[in-house]
Amino acid sequence: MSTVAANALPQPGGREVLPGVAGSGLQDVAASEASLRRFLHGLPGVDQVGLEARAAALGTRSIKTTAKAYAIDLAISMIDLTTLEGADTVGKVRALCAKGRTPDPSDPTTPRVAAICVYPDMVATAKAALRGTDIQVASVATAFPAGRAALPVKLADTADAVAAGADEIDMVIDRGAFLSGRYLDVFQEITAVRKACERPDGTSAHLKVIFETGELQTYDNVRRASWLAMLAGADFIKTSTGKVAVNATPPVTLLMLEAVRDFKAQTGVQVGVKPAGGIRTTKDAMKYLVMVNETLGDDWLTPHWFRFGASSLLNDLLMQRQKLTTGRYSGPDYVTVD
Amino acid sequence: MAKKKTIEEPAAQQRGGLFAYAPAPESPAAAGDIATSYGHFIGGEFVDSSGGEALKTVNPATEQVLAEFARGTDEDVDRAVAAARRAFADWSALPGSERAKYLFRIARIIQERSRELAVLESIDNGKPIRETRDFDIPTVAAWFFYYAGWADKLDYAGFGPNPRPLGVAGQVIPWNFPLMMLAWKIAPALATGNTVVLKPAETTPLTALRFAEICRQAGLPKGVVNIVTGDGRTGAALTAHPDVNKVAFTGSTPVGRAIAKQLAGSRKKLSLELGGKAANIVFDDAPIDQAVEGIVNGIFFNQGHVCCAGSRLLVQESIQDELLDALKRRMSTLRVGDPLDKNTDIGAINSAAQLARITELTDAGEAEGAERWSPECELPGTGFWFKPTVFTGVSQAHRIAQEEIFGPVLSVLTFRTPAEAVEKANNTPYGLSAGIWTEKGSRILWTASRLRAGVVWANTFNKFDPTSPFGGYKESGYGREGGRHGLEAYLDV
Repeated sequence: MSTVAANALPQPGGREVLPGVAGSGLQDVAASEASLRRFLHGLPGVDQVGLEARAAALGTRSIKTTAKAYAIDLAISMIDLTTLEGADTVGKVRALCAKGRTPDPSDPTTPRVAAICVYPDMVATAKAALRGTDIQVASVATAFPAGRAALPVKLADTADAVAAGADEIDMVIDRGAFLSGRYLDVFQEITAVRKACERPDGTSAHLKVIFETGELQTYDNVRRASWLAMLAGADFIKTSTGKVAVNATPPVTLLMLEAVRDFKAQTGVQVGVKPAGGIRTTKDAMKYLVMVNETLGDDWLTPHWFRFGASSLLNDLLMQRQKLTTGRYSGPDYVTVD
Repeated sequence: MAKKKTIEEPAAQQRGGLFAYAPAPESPAAAGDIATSYGHFIGGEFVDSSGGEALKTVNPATEQVLAEFARGTDEDVDRAVAAARRAFADWSALPGSERAKYLFRIARIIQERSRELAVLESIDNGKPIRETRDFDIPTVAAWFFYYAGWADKLDYAGFGPNPRPLGVAGQVIPWNFPLMMLAWKIAPALATGNTVVLKPAETTPLTALRFAEICRQAGLPKGVVNIVTGDGRTGAALTAHPDVNKVAFTGSTPVGRAIAKQLAGSRKKLSLELGGKAANIVFDDAPIDQAVEGIVNGIFFNQGHVCCAGSRLLVQESIQDELLDALKRRMSTLRVGDPLDKNTDIGAINSAAQLARITELTDAGEAEGAERWSPECELPGTGFWFKPTVFTGVSQAHRIAQEEIFGPVLSVLTFRTPAEAVEKANNTPYGLSAGIWTEKGSRILWTASRLRAGVVWANTFNKFDPTSPFGGYKESGYGREGGRHGLEAYLDV
């Protein structure tokens, strides 16, 4: 599942870029603050009205019968089932893992979720509870959600989660640095965290980079952050922490889908996308899958390349799935609450 | 626990790869009853034609005959104009606030019956249900709401105190937006106190006839709106009628020119909204993804049957390859087919005649050396269809750069500097609309002030709002529809 992040090539100047990037004319982009800034500000602008109109238009697709059944199962298999609360306990995390393994105990054909997403101190618990499955353990790290800590603390946070067995790391970028124009700081932080994702055996935890798009505010910023993170070696780019007022939205996600499409066209490197926060209904999930389908196509229609960061979405998908299989609506008491 | 059927394995399906959308058809029955034959709507009643000659309207997606309707004779037109004349005195004497009540009522009924009208329009015209549902019918309602609001405020419209209506308006509309064109014509005419005789297009009469029912439902006084169906001969009889005070025509430039000749020397007031060959100008600093959407919306919206369609793409040479790659990729995702499927992007060409015209011009484009490209897509076996098509390597001398194709066909030309873009954009006998794509505000203003086109869209395309005037330069016609300006065409000022 891990792609190229583990094999970063050393570059002159001590920085690293992806091997795929090496031949694409982008290898010197991060050579200096000025060159990185020039590159990011040279990306095509985003017209807000047009982007939002396109996202809304894709939201009107009508997904019925077999297409709906396919999309529901695909969406379930793409969920990073998440609990990120101060009140999380071992019991709560175990219950969530059980739910991830068997989302609908009444129907064994229901797919499993892609991953369980927890804080670093719960990684070992989740790992143990998921033993024997291919469900990944994702851990947030780097002083999630604010990211306001010194770099050594963030790296220790990451290394701790990896050591505890995390398969995937969801890091947050330093939005303060990004918004004040210190792009190289953000770039270097991502490459440093990527290094901290490496395991002693040479493999590496999968790195998702969270932008907190609700704080970046403008679509131009989201496009720049996307390219910045991809150049720095992100395996996935992720919208939000789920901890601020505005989380994943269809236009922001569509823009990030366009960014990974363009990045692959230019470098050959495929990067995944994870909208997170605020996606609660089957209808919402369908809209996101339609965007993936019509922007990126089959290559991204798998849990390897697209995820939903969500908690309550799963039960709504299960209720819709039950409706499709039985022809009747059940209700919230016919899906488990964990 | 109830027994369950197994959900089918997600398997790679035919078109669209893994995630192929299952058919999502709107029910044709939602269109309501379609009669086997229709007469005219004159003086508040559905009446038979004096002639007896019947025309047929077909569903362009299936070629099945939907209904027969009367070809209006001179006598029919005369009766309709007389009915409108009789109704004029009372209607124009009503306080504006009273006329507004009727218009508001019509707008609300259109909203209430929007699904029925959307399905009927799709069946009769061939355009996708998504478009009639999300664009045509909401716009129709918006137009009536907007002009209802003006009816009691005409004193403040800038035409002096108590501006007077003209009398009887003879209105002839095209087939590309049948009910929407009706609304553009009837709403301002009624708001200003005129009465109307409207002739819908010969391939799309059904929603106008359904609108006649709505007039009855709204209790509109008899004779205020009259609908006479027919072909060009009926239209000519209407525009030539001596008791018509105002002629409003939307359609082709040759017919518009004929009407202008016919009316020369008469006291009739005339507004014409004719053809176009709009330039959609993409500068190298454009928001590329949104520009591609705008190009697609500009030329493939409504199968390209749009007078203000962005049929000439003028792209700055430095980004030509990048933009065309993105455009072709996007065109490959367009869904062509059953207009009643809710996921269809491009429906049927309205008629065999129009399909022949598009085919002739695209063949000419190839013969003249332009390079033709269409995405892979399967067209239905019956009905009138044309693949979304783009021509590259087009020069100003090609017919496909000069003549209005009125189909899903885009001609791509390049330019090097802003001045060249403006020069090429203006180098056409038409001047209805234009588009500008750039992230630089000053360039938008610089370009827009130099384009000779009635509407200039910046970083968007094909946006219509009842508050905004619409109309052409040069051979695209004269007079404005929409907004405060649209009142003038129906006032004696």
